[in-house]
Amino acid sequence: MIDKKTLDQHGLTEDEYGLIVGLIGREPNLTELGIFSVMWSEHCGYKSSRVHLKKLPTEGKLVVQGPGENAGILDIGDGQVIVFKIESHNHPSFIEPYQGAATGVGGILRDIFTMGARPIAVLDSLRFGPPDDPKNRSVMEGVVSGIAGYGNSIGVPTVGGEVYFNSCYNLNPLVNVFCLGLADKDKIFYAKAEGAGNKVLYVGAKTGRDGIHGATMASAEFGKETEHKRPNVQVGDPFKEKLLLEACLEVMDRGLIVGIQDMGAAGLTCSTTEMAAKGGMGIVVDLDKVPQREAGMTPYEILLSESQERMLIVAAPEKVASVQEVFAKWDLDAPVIGQVVEGGRARISFKGKVVVDIPVDAVVNLCPAYTRPSRVPAGTTALPPLLLPLDYNEIFLQLLSSPTIADKEWVFRQYDHMVQVNTAFLPGADAALLRIKGSRKALAVSLDGNSLYTRLDPKTGAKIAVAEACRNLACVGARPVGVTNCLNFGNPEKPEVMWQFEQVVDGMAEACRTFDIPVTGGNVSFYNETEGLSIHPTPVLGIVGILDDIRKAVSPGFKGAGDVVVLIGENREELGGSEYLRVVHNLEAGAPPTIDLERERRHQEFCLDAIEAGLVRSAHDLSEGGLAVALAECVFHGRRKLGCSVALEDSIRPDTLLFGESQSRILVTCRRKDLDRLRELAREKGVPARAIGETGGAEIAVGHRGRELLRLPVEKAYRAWKDALPNFFEVRT
Amino acid sequence: MKFGVVQFPGSNCDFDTFHALRNVMKRPTVLLWHKDHDLQGVDCVVLPGGFSYGDYLRSGAIARFSPLMQEVKAFARKGGHVLGICNGFQILLELGLLPGAMIRNKNLKFLCQHVHVRIENEKTDFTRAGRKGQVLRIPIAHFDGNYYAPARGLKDIERHRQVVFRYCDAKGNITEEANVNGSLGNIAGIRNREGNVLGLMPHPERASEALLGSEDGRTIFESLILSLERRKPARRPVRRERARHD
Repeated sequence: MIDKKTLDQHGLTEDEYGLIVGLIGREPNLTELGIFSVMWSEHCGYKSSRVHLKKLPTEGKLVVQGPGENAGILDIGDGQVIVFKIESHNHPSFIEPYQGAATGVGGILRDIFTMGARPIAVLDSLRFGPPDDPKNRSVMEGVVSGIAGYGNSIGVPTVGGEVYFNSCYNLNPLVNVFCLGLADKDKIFYAKAEGAGNKVLYVGAKTGRDGIHGATMASAEFGKETEHKRPNVQVGDPFKEKLLLEACLEVMDRGLIVGIQDMGAAGLTCSTTEMAAKGGMGIVVDLDKVPQREAGMTPYEILLSESQERMLIVAAPEKVASVQEVFAKWDLDAPVIGQVVEGGRARISFKGKVVVDIPVDAVVNLCPAYTRPSRVPAGTTALPPLLLPLDYNEIFLQLLSSPTIADKEWVFRQYDHMVQVNTAFLPGADAALLRIKGSRKALAVSLDGNSLYTRLDPKTGAKIAVAEACRNLACVGARPVGVTNCLNFGNPEKPEVMWQFEQVVDGMAEACRTFDIPVTGGNVSFYNETEGLSIHPTPVLGIVGILDDIRKAVSPGFKGAGDVVVLIGENREELGGSEYLRVVHNLEAGAPPTIDLERERRHQEFCLDAIEAGLVRSAHDLSEGGLAVALAECVFHGRRKLGCSVALEDSIRPDTLLFGESQSRILVTCRRKDLDRLRELAREKGVPARAIGETGGAEIAVGHRGRELLRLPVEKAYRAWKDALPNFFEVRT
Repeated sequence: MKFGVVQFPGSNCDFDTFHALRNVMKRPTVLLWHKDHDLQGVDCVVLPGGFSYGDYLRSGAIARFSPLMQEVKAFARKGGHVLGICNGFQILLELGLLPGAMIRNKNLKFLCQHVHVRIENEKTDFTRAGRKGQVLRIPIAHFDGNYYAPARGLKDIERHRQVVFRYCDAKGNITEEANVNGSLGNIAGIRNREGNVLGLMPHPERASEALLGSEDGRTIFESLILSLERRKPARRPVRRERARHD
């Protein structure tokens, strides 16, 4: 008998329970309740978000597979497709940072190779509380080594990403992992169980008691007792996953299987019911045949375990022996645990008795969707009057050493970012750049999302996130082709959080339409709240772009002395939501910078055209820290660390000019002889582009209307930027 | 000449090394499976980087027991050329084909970055295309690359000129700062006394194309080709493109 307490433990409401009883025509037993509980959790069922996500554009001429599968697929020509997705692993990473992050990597990799693609790159968006707090440092160290431990071992390079710091992430760090895979178009596989009589094979690691109810855990707020949830976090084994990866790709390459699905959230339950539902079939499974790591597991535990590195395969009976042979080569077992049947029901038996008998459609497709109430948050974020600083050099150094802006090499060098020998740009460039072997083409990826903007104005912030990710691609010379997103929010049952969510989705939808890029999938992570404190709304956009000729790719570093520094875009009197306000004035206030998506698109087009025409020697977008920080980054990324000297005439406050974060701006350099052609192109396109200075020397100098605002030796600025993060972590003796 | 790249379960630079040798250096190259006993008549065996068998015990500790490695050992004893890169170097140490051992990097973190190494001995089959004192820029990517040998062993290694590469700065100075993983004597690569086995931590296959930021790693492959094709009809090493990126 199911009582209220049991329902609460399973995160189901009484209404939902009534629905379940109606759908299966009787009271569920505890195992069946467990299945509904995970499949109808926020994490798996998207019950609060589904109605809104429908607004996102998902169509495009390159789209092979949009949302709804393990990952999105785009056609990149030459018979190849890219497969990509981003996923969160926030909750587990707070409870157990190393394993939480490691299994986050493992999970997204499986999402990619389960479709027949070889994962070629991982990027991650990480958000932590400020590193001056030892607890935040320990979470960060754990997360970074977890990502490294898993990705390095399996041999998929972690080629970039972002790391932001804000106290809103103190008790809710975010770990969003993006993975990109490459496949032949005629070798894509789906999570479908088709063909009655086909066999269901279980491959990979044995099932243990770890991770039971992980998906449900990720669908609730945390209180003080989260430490007790540690057993809900799984433990990763990258070596096992590497074997699984090679074996799965081999059986797919040889055409030995019908369908394949990884066991991620909700494990065996999710994979069996989803495969059956997608194939319009039923499935029978004998739990006694499931390899188990420990004795005495109940059907409930076997079905809900989230043990890692497991996959479910459907194969024709005559191919089973060949499939098993391939897995044996990789030292993996592949027992048959059931088969595909007509009828649309999942019938699961244990020790000779049927323990689950439910319609798969009900479990997979009939999870209720809620239009939750939303409300504009109270409170004001108006900007108070600000005094102008006296010493801009000082403030510049302060910004360069702020953890969000400072160099992230401490993080990136723990990741193997070069394995697979495709990485053309090292982490730190505007976008990661990967060559495609055997072709001139290259893929660029950028992850982006400024949660300070989205907190102050969710819709504008979301537009900027899309715009900036595309701008990053434009800076390397790549045209955006597709989007995946990870939407991290607080508790959706709170109307203010729901309002933020709606606004963000609206903003993203508008921006993606303007840039004409389809959303091919993503992930929503709600309940990022601990002890009632919510994170800033944090949409993270993962955008993939294509370059037709990698030889034309442009990196951010200055290339040679005497080049002209050209600013594309306008400096506006905008300071709201800036890193400058947050770091220097301790204010998270004001309106974020305005964005005109049409203008943004034109500026990016111009940048791409100028790169295509071979006029651009370096390009870098302006973001956190504004013009001054962008200049410094161009200096630091140059191999020779050439300085620069810039003079500006804008009639705006000097602090805004240096550190304001107006959108749609890009810094490029060109040879002096090419300046006229660049200007001409800009005029044709109706894009403001002006020469503001030149490269060279050993100083970074910025003047404003005849007054010197900044003058610093490159070395001094560089050390402030370079040493900031390591200084938090390294014990000096 | 023909290269063979060994595939252990958990190798992850096998395809990279294969790509560098076959597509970049344009030499016949085959993959050798760890469970086999057949070296397929290769002239040089390459043990690639990765995490063989997960490296959960000690880097390279399990791989030495694999069936194929018994053949590799015999091949090396007969004078066959063996190159161990990163995990391959660790395996050669575990196998006893090279002296010494690897411990965790001094900062106890995985390190992936470009480093500079200086050619200490250009009169080997692995370096003859280089010059003495030449500085190569090649990436490393390892957790256990901190070379260790007991004092007497180290003395022997130095006396027999077995140190082939040392970590250095961009100008070739052997400094503590350049010694990122803490190796004794800044050792980045050593050979056996006979000179037919080399292990090194840097990844030459990651520095073989201008597109990837450096072509310095080709010096090692070119040297092997020069050495092993001496008696065969001479083929000129593939022309290098100029490095383009910052």
